[in-house]
Amino acid sequence: MNSVNIRINGKDIICPEGANVMHVAIENGFDIPNLCYDQRLSPTGACRLCIVEMEGRPGVHTSCTMKAGEGLSIVTESDKLSALRKSTLELIFSEHKATCTSCDREGACSLQDYAYRYGAAEDRYPSIVKGGHSDNYTEGGIAIGYDVEKCIRCMRCVKICEEVQGAEAITLDGRSGNVVVNTPFSMLLTDSSCEMCGQCVDTCPTGALYAKAAKGKGRVRTMKKVRTTCLYCGVGCQLDLNIGADGKLVKVTSEPGVIPNDGNTCVKGRFGFDFIHRDERLTMPLIREGDAFREASWDEALDLVATRFSGIKEKNGSEALAGLTSAKSGNEDNYIMQKFVRTQFGNNNIDHCARLCHASTVAGLARAFGSGAMTNSIDEFSDTPLIFVIGSNTTENHPVMGIKIRKAVAEGKTKLLVADPRKISLTDIAHMHLQQKPGSDVALINAMMYTIIDEKLHDRDFIKSRTEDYERMEAAVMKCPPEFAEKVSGVPAEDIRAAARLYAAAESASIVYSMGITQHTTGTDNVLSLANMAMLTGNVGKPFAGVNPLRGQNNVQGACDMGGLPDVYPGYQKVHLPEAKAKFEKAWGVPLSDKPGLTVNEIMHGVGSGKIKGLYVFGENPVLSDPDTNEVVKSLKKADFLVVQDIFLTETAELADVVLPARSFAERDGTFTNTERRVQMYREAVAAPGESKPDWEIITGVANRMGADWNYNSASEIMDEIAAVTPIYGGISYERITDVGLQWPCPDKEHKGTAVLHQGKFSRGLGKFHPVDYLPQQELPDEDYPLILTTGRMLQHWHTGTMTRKSEVLHGIVPEGHIQISPADAGRLGIVSEDMVKVSTRRGEIRIAADVTDRMKEGVVFLTFHFKESPANALTIAALDPIAKIPEFKACAVKVEKY
Amino acid sequence: MAVKNYVLVCGGSACESAKGNDIYKSLLHQAEVQGVSNDLQIVKTGCFGFCEKGPIVKVLPDEAFYVEVKPEDAEDIISENIVKGRMVDRLLYKEEGKKEYKPENIKFYQKQKRIVLRNCGLIDPESIDEYIARDGYLGLEKALFELTPQQILDELKKSGLRGRGGAGFPTGLKWSFTQRIDADQKYVVCNADEGDPGAYMDRATLEGDPHSVIEAMIIAGKCVGADKGAIYIRAEYPLAIKRLEIAMDQARERGLLGDNILGTDFSFDLEIRLGAGAFVCGEETALLASIEGKRGMPIPKPPFPAAKGLFGKPTVINNVETYANIPVIISKGGDWFARYGTEGSKGTKVFALTGKIKNSGLIEVPMGTTLREIVFDIGGGIPNGKKFKAVQTGGPSGGVLTEDFLDTPIDFDSLISVGSMMGSGGMIVMDEDDCMVDVAKFYLDFCVEESCGKCAPCRIGTKKLYEILSKISQGKGEIEDLQKMKDMGQAMKKASLCGLGQTAPNPVLSVLNAFEEEVLEHINDGKCRAGKCKDLVQYSIDESKCIGCTVCARKCPVNCISGDRKVAHVIDQSRCVKCGACYDSCKFGAVLVS
Repeated sequence: MNSVNIRINGKDIICPEGANVMHVAIENGFDIPNLCYDQRLSPTGACRLCIVEMEGRPGVHTSCTMKAGEGLSIVTESDKLSALRKSTLELIFSEHKATCTSCDREGACSLQDYAYRYGAAEDRYPSIVKGGHSDNYTEGGIAIGYDVEKCIRCMRCVKICEEVQGAEAITLDGRSGNVVVNTPFSMLLTDSSCEMCGQCVDTCPTGALYAKAAKGKGRVRTMKKVRTTCLYCGVGCQLDLNIGADGKLVKVTSEPGVIPNDGNTCVKGRFGFDFIHRDERLTMPLIREGDAFREASWDEALDLVATRFSGIKEKNGSEALAGLTSAKSGNEDNYIMQKFVRTQFGNNNIDHCARLCHASTVAGLARAFGSGAMTNSIDEFSDTPLIFVIGSNTTENHPVMGIKIRKAVAEGKTKLLVADPRKISLTDIAHMHLQQKPGSDVALINAMMYTIIDEKLHDRDFIKSRTEDYERMEAAVMKCPPEFAEKVSGVPAEDIRAAARLYAAAESASIVYSMGITQHTTGTDNVLSLANMAMLTGNVGKPFAGVNPLRGQNNVQGACDMGGLPDVYPGYQKVHLPEAKAKFEKAWGVPLSDKPGLTVNEIMHGVGSGKIKGLYVFGENPVLSDPDTNEVVKSLKKADFLVVQDIFLTETAELADVVLPARSFAERDGTFTNTERRVQMYREAVAAPGESKPDWEIITGVANRMGADWNYNSASEIMDEIAAVTPIYGGISYERITDVGLQWPCPDKEHKGTAVLHQGKFSRGLGKFHPVDYLPQQELPDEDYPLILTTGRMLQHWHTGTMTRKSEVLHGIVPEGHIQISPADAGRLGIVSEDMVKVSTRRGEIRIAADVTDRMKEGVVFLTFHFKESPANALTIAALDPIAKIPEFKACAVKVEKY
Repeated sequence: MAVKNYVLVCGGSACESAKGNDIYKSLLHQAEVQGVSNDLQIVKTGCFGFCEKGPIVKVLPDEAFYVEVKPEDAEDIISENIVKGRMVDRLLYKEEGKKEYKPENIKFYQKQKRIVLRNCGLIDPESIDEYIARDGYLGLEKALFELTPQQILDELKKSGLRGRGGAGFPTGLKWSFTQRIDADQKYVVCNADEGDPGAYMDRATLEGDPHSVIEAMIIAGKCVGADKGAIYIRAEYPLAIKRLEIAMDQARERGLLGDNILGTDFSFDLEIRLGAGAFVCGEETALLASIEGKRGMPIPKPPFPAAKGLFGKPTVINNVETYANIPVIISKGGDWFARYGTEGSKGTKVFALTGKIKNSGLIEVPMGTTLREIVFDIGGGIPNGKKFKAVQTGGPSGGVLTEDFLDTPIDFDSLISVGSMMGSGGMIVMDEDDCMVDVAKFYLDFCVEESCGKCAPCRIGTKKLYEILSKISQGKGEIEDLQKMKDMGQAMKKASLCGLGQTAPNPVLSVLNAFEEEVLEHINDGKCRAGKCKDLVQYSIDESKCIGCTVCARKCPVNCISGDRKVAHVIDQSRCVKCGACYDSCKFGAVLVS
């Protein structure tokens, strides 16, 4: 874009042509008054305070709607402007009841500041506010409140709901002086299309919209704001925890312009952190005595843990111990945990729930590209010409990423192709929806590639110069014409062809996927297929393209990066390679095993079979998260010694011998690595409950009692050690990521991080095509179990509900689980919505209410695994992908009966 | 057999609502009964303009101009005028004081020049043949086969045509912006969301000559390269909508609308979008938002619709009257059009002349005609011997002009220079019985209802101004209120987002300017000289003048006037609602206002 010279109050400024003048002014330190401006929104021009005078054009003009052009010269303050602003403010005050003395925002309110600056009297014109609080659309809800007496009708809430969130839940209602913010037909917000993201609350300039829980809990100006990284999904939103005078979290705000979320959050990020102050938090170590726990001192608990682990190691050998690390915890904790297992247990039996989500990604993409991470960056999704979302319910599971896609589509910048067995919300705006049967992805992708090759839409230059093994892949693909895929997937062949053309024709196309691809016995195959298709069309190694697995947990990327896997040290350095082993033996000062360790499922089986006697579970809840729960519980009960380290007494902790109380992300410093490989800080914001400690400190305590001599004083010190031994993190330090996180690979202190992987050259050199043949799912429906069960998450809850079900708002919105079933199946079974049904598989059964919805395809039902009352994983099958060892959460045979 | 006579019956909304259709049917029936059906053609036309005297029937070639016709007059019209060839004297229009009817002497029409309304009152608006017979679609033919887009623009520029919606932007220039943009899609939109109180120019045009607008829009499409168009018309205009639909169907049948117009490779089609009666949707960006299915609220300009309009595409948007000029400009040439009007404002302007005026109706005058000519020559002056007080032009966006400004020529620039504006063509005349505080209040009341509520100055300012005016009309005004209104007015004028808010204070500011004394009387003396502000007046009956005719007692809606027949009546002040019905009904001047 061309640069132009403009002048503001006599100061010469160079800025991009067409830039928003208000934005340029703010960036250059000019304080133009504004109330309706939010840099994320299209210009509104409603408050009329940002008027300026323009050279050569009479009258006054709003700077928020002005675009920079060569020679533009404006004056932002003059007697004339002041007089007009004063009059306008005085008018606004007749609509906004100035109750500053009792307002949370007193002293941190632009309206108040401007009134002072321009000498506007709040009572020059009599109030037109209708007295008394009338009922409005926020009644009955627990999250968001609306005080019409403070509303200045700036439309920021309405526009952010429409333009950014895409929820379109609120609108202006009425005309002229009767305008209020309202839902369509004045329905309750809780009945509307509102997603409770609270974006409206965050952008409201006057406090008319407010978080109900924060009302009266402290003035904004007295609140301490601590920047942190959200601990829900892998998007890694930057949030500000607002801490009141009593040291407690009052509310969460977010700042526009900050990477990666630009001030946006979802309902979990905005309202889902009240769990940190819950009374049920663990405050003291617990030691099992019979059927109950008793509180113990740290020394007693840690001594016991160290003694028992050491005893097992002596008696049963090193191989009888294993540890599960945590994708919820920070990089530093994961690094210490794997270091602990490798140096103190003396084996590589370390794994975590990445095994259950993206093990197939790591395996597949590493084979194809040489790196198992998301190839591109979140920011690019605002401008990607085509996005192919497959097996990702993005708007629910990576909501802020989802709204980015939604916005790009709404703005006409992006064509959206969705493949999903369910009519997920993105299908509402997609250009095409391929509703494939669960487990048929390889056939679908192969058939798309068949079309691309058949119609010569592939990128032969890219294939020739950047890849290898094309021919074998082509041979496999040519066995799978769209007509075959139609039979397997249920997607009409013509639709498959049209989708293939759409994908191949795009200037650049990005594949976005998640658990729908990975959680299959063919998970690695699925990932390889997607990698094949991206390479086939030259869509790797450039911006607005790539293969982009969305990582589900806040730090699942980091936990993998830190070597929380049985086959690799930090930075994916293979344990079986002598040079890697030697490097870490030197760094850690102990001999290490070169034998890859056990995976999550193998560990569970090991515990069940008695091979593994001692297990250290840190920040995981396998009782609810692992497939075939009944087996998991049986196994864990057999462990000689089970240590669980967590912030709550989880379903898994209840089975432990020792429970160690950890601090939450709000009570200590550390880093998470988000889905786009960005290493970001979280920070201590509130006091920790009781005697809880940071995870790394607890693990260090155990390690030192088992013979280590570790002296870490802070998480920052641990990061320095990580950087020293992990080439992709080589340039990371707390100092460098204070404001904005860095994306790995970041090999040295000067390196600015890497937004797009595989540019010019794949991590493994040449991209490798893999021939992939379609294989059916492990357990096919039959007469006894005629439906396919697929599982996943929902917007308001998180994993096993340890945190979200302890949040007033989140649990308040969705207090219980439902099984989604198609009208056709429900009709046949005589089920209507809210009927209680029995859902059973060969492994177990649950009782749950039905949600009959046309978002489901006939023959497929859907459950979330958040609810312990109706645990989906009591039903799922522990059949594993042979390479990645990921279980097939996404497809098993199931029976549904009316209760 | 050749038709000997044409009987034209006004089919405009006003005459229709006064049994115009019954007159039409009676005429058909009488022609049948009297056996002359084959000798005449009875045509229901668009508006004749002389609404004061409607329903109107005109017989050609005799030029018999019958006014205030009733269905039962049909028999006489047929038997006398058609059968016997004698005009029906009792129905003929006669100038005040004249006993004879002479068609060329009708003062109402003498100073008018009909370009926009060229077919209104002449042809059957539901017949494309009649439109074509009057050179309809000749302009389109020329545009398709003879002129390049640039030549169309040149003709428009030569004509000097400026937008008739109020702002007066040169139409040719506007089109040229859209014409020179490269885009995969462009649109042509007609703003038929007429909303000024008392204005019905566009309604009459669409009811009387829908093809003129359709033809112009096709020409616009050809000129700028658009193949789709929309007419945004308020749902309250059912007759105009019906006639537009008929006209569009006929145009499609004749290959004038749709694919490959007249066999060329140019295609263009139109659809009608109904407005729900929001005044602000007459603002072009709000109108486009409404077509898109969004809340009708203006957005800041630039970008202008010419570059980024409907669905973000370059869009030509003009109002009905602007379009109606265009077919003749193209067929007869820009130079022909530029002969009419003044240096800066070419052509004619249609006004809806209403208020305290003898000849209310729809008029079309060359630009440059003075207000005095309109009010006193065409309009016939003020009825009932009352004194002229002011004329309001530009509707809720304009201002009041006093006698001092009566010689102002009507054109875009002159009206602005005297503190009013052309607006879309509403013109309301006030006499000494009108209170200027009340007038200002009336317009503000309208704006309070019609502001979309988006920008602060307009949303709140209209309401505040109205409140202050109400206070003044109740005798509770304070002297500081004048300054408050001026301050607010300035903020609204300068800082509002769209034309509605920027002009909404004009009626008040112009009243404060021209009638400050009258406003001060309300504030300082609690007096309303026109007797309109109910809280400030008291009605009483002058015993010496009252003859006890009982009319006022019968008219009184709350029965608070008592008195026996032929005895002076008395008003019970405690129950009087000050509606003024007694005052208006008394023929003896016995009801006093104080």
